[in-house]
Amino acid sequence: MIGNFPFVAVVILLGLGIYTLIFKKNLIKIAIGITLIENGTNLFLITLGYRKGAVAPIYTQAPEGVPMVLPTPQALTLTSIVIGVATTALILSIAMIIYKKYGTLNSDEVRRLRG
Amino acid sequence: MSGILTHAPALVIALPLLAAFLVPIIGRFNRSKGLGWFVSIILGLSLLMTLLMANHILSNGPLIYVFGGSEPGLTLPSGYTVPIRIIFQIDGMGIFMGIITAVVSFLGAVYSISFMEQHSGLEKYYTLLLLLTTAMYGMEFTGDIFNFFVFLEIASIASVALIAFRSNLSGEPAEAGFKYMVVSSIAALMVLFAVGLFYGQYDVLNMATIASVMQFTQLDKIALILLVTVLAMKAGSVPMHMWTPDAYSEAPAPITMILVAASQASLYALFRVTFSLYNITLNTVVIGWIIIILGVLSMFIGVTMAIIQKDIKRLMAYHAISQTGYMLLGVGVGLAVLANPVALESFGIKAMEGGIFHIMNHAMYKGLLFLTAGALFYRTGTRDLNKMGGLAHNMSYTTVFFIIGAAAIAGIPPFNGFASKLIIYESVYQFNPLLSIIAMLVSILTLASFVKVFHSAFLGPKLEQYQKVEEVPKSMVVAMATLACIIVFFGLFPDVIVDNLVHPAVMALINQVNYTSAILGGM
Repeated sequence: MIGNFPFVAVVILLGLGIYTLIFKKNLIKIAIGITLIENGTNLFLITLGYRKGAVAPIYTQAPEGVPMVLPTPQALTLTSIVIGVATTALILSIAMIIYKKYGTLNSDEVRRLRG
Repeated sequence: MSGILTHAPALVIALPLLAAFLVPIIGRFNRSKGLGWFVSIILGLSLLMTLLMANHILSNGPLIYVFGGSEPGLTLPSGYTVPIRIIFQIDGMGIFMGIITAVVSFLGAVYSISFMEQHSGLEKYYTLLLLLTTAMYGMEFTGDIFNFFVFLEIASIASVALIAFRSNLSGEPAEAGFKYMVVSSIAALMVLFAVGLFYGQYDVLNMATIASVMQFTQLDKIALILLVTVLAMKAGSVPMHMWTPDAYSEAPAPITMILVAASQASLYALFRVTFSLYNITLNTVVIGWIIIILGVLSMFIGVTMAIIQKDIKRLMAYHAISQTGYMLLGVGVGLAVLANPVALESFGIKAMEGGIFHIMNHAMYKGLLFLTAGALFYRTGTRDLNKMGGLAHNMSYTTVFFIIGAAAIAGIPPFNGFASKLIIYESVYQFNPLLSIIAMLVSILTLASFVKVFHSAFLGPKLEQYQKVEEVPKSMVVAMATLACIIVFFGLFPDVIVDNLVHPAVMALINQVNYTSAILGGM
C-alpha cells in the first residue's frame, strides 16, 4: 500500500495541473499548470525506475551479487527536465511579450484572434 | 557512395542540426541574403540525401541505423535479446514523410531568401527553421518512442518561436504562439506519460520491440487513448483544432507551409502508433470509426468555418483542417477493415492509398496556397480580403500559381488533389456511401470558398493603393513555380507516384511483422 503513494502523488499533481489549465485565467498560472503536469509525469517515470533492494549502477562501488538498476527511467527523467526548462522559459517569455502588447495577462482579454 | 548511404539516416539529421548552430556565426558576417542561400544549400543537400535514401529503401527494404553501435546495422549485439540503443528505422512510410519534409523545408528556405529579407533577427529565424526541419526528420525516422518525444518537443519549441517571430509589430503572433505552446506541451507530456506506461510494462523503448510483445492490457488502452488524442490534437483535427487557424495565420508564410508538414508529422505518428505499434491487437473497428468520425467532423467543420473568413491565411488554415479530415477518413477506413482480409484487399488498401497520397498532395498545394498568400501580403501588406482587389493585373505569376493551387485543393482535374480525392471517393463509397458523399460535398464547398478568394483578391479593376504593385522577387517565384510543377506532374501521372511511393508506404503500415522483424530478426 505504502509503495503506491508516489503514484497517488502523480495523480494529484496531474489533476491539479489539469484543473489549473482549465479553470485559471491568468497566463502565468497556466504556465504553472503545465509545470505541474510536467512534474507529475517526471515523478511517474522516476517511480517506475525504483527497484526495491537494488543498487545504483556504479560498477566500482557495487557489492557482489546484488542486482543493479538499469538507469533508463532516470535518464529519461533528466532529459525531460531539461526539455521542461526550455518549455517553461519559452512560455514565460511569450507571456511577457503578451503583457507588453496587451497590458494584461487575463486570457479573457487576450482575445484578438477569433472567428 | 555506399558509405554515405549507410550513414545517411544520421547525416540527414546531423546536417541541418549542425548548420543550425553555424547560422548565428555566419550571421555575424553576412546579414542579408547570404544566410538564406546557406540555409537553402544545406536543406537542398538533405533533400538530395533523402532522395538517395528513398531510392535505396524502395528497392532494398527498410534502412536501419543504430546510434552508438559498433556497426550501424547491428540491432542486437551478442547477448542482447532486446535493442537498448536508439535506432532509426526508416521504412516506406517514414521515407514518404521524409520526402515531404525535405521538399517543403527546402522550398520554404528558398522562399524566405526574399520574403524575410527586410526582417531583423534573421540568424535566429534560420536557426529555428533548421531546428524545426531536424525535428520533423527525427519524428519521421525514429524507431524509438522516447526519441520521438524528444523530437516532438524540439519541433514544438522551434515552431512556437517561429509563430511568435513577428511579435515585435503586434501582439497577435505572441497570442497564437502561447496557444500553440500550451497545446504542444500538453501533447508532448501525455506522449511521455504513455512512454512511461509502455516502459513500466515491457522494459523497452524501441517501438518495434514493444509492438512484438504488445499484450493490449488496460494500461495499453490508456496509453492508446492518450496517444491518439494528443496526436490528433497536434495534427489539427476537430474538435482539438482551436490552435490551427491562429498559428497558421500568424506565422510568416514559409513557416506556415513548414508547419503544415510538421502537423502532418504528428499525423504520421498517429498512423504509426495505430498501425505499427498496436495493429490488430486493438479493436480496429472501434478505433477506425473514431478516426473516421474525427475525419468527417474535421472535413465538415473546417470547410464551413473557412467560408465565412475574411483573413486570407485564416481561411486557408481552416481549409488545412478540412483537408486533414480527408487523410483521417482514408486511413481510418483502412484501419476499420484491417482485421478483415477480404475487405482490406478489395477497398481498404485503396482507401489508405488515397489517404496517404493526400498527405503529400496536401503538403504541396496547401504549401503553394500559403506561399501565394504570403506573396500577396508581401506586396499589399494586408491579409484582409476586403482590402485587396484587382491584383491579377500586376501579379500575373502569383495569379497563375493561385489558380493551380485552388484548383488542386478543390479536386479539379488534372491537378493532384483530384487524383487522391478520386481514390478516396471510390474506395470509401464501398465502405459506406454516406461518408463518400460528405467528402464530395466538402469538396464543392472548398471550391466555393476559393472562388470567393480569387474573386476578391485578384479580379476587378486596379485599386488606387495598389497601382504600383509589382510581381514578387525571383526566389519567391521559383519556390512557388516548383510546387506548381510538382502539383501538375502529380495530377498528370498519379500512377507513377501511387505505385512507386504510396503503395510501399501503405504496405509498410499494414504489415506489422515486417516492421518488428526488421529490428528483431525473424521472430
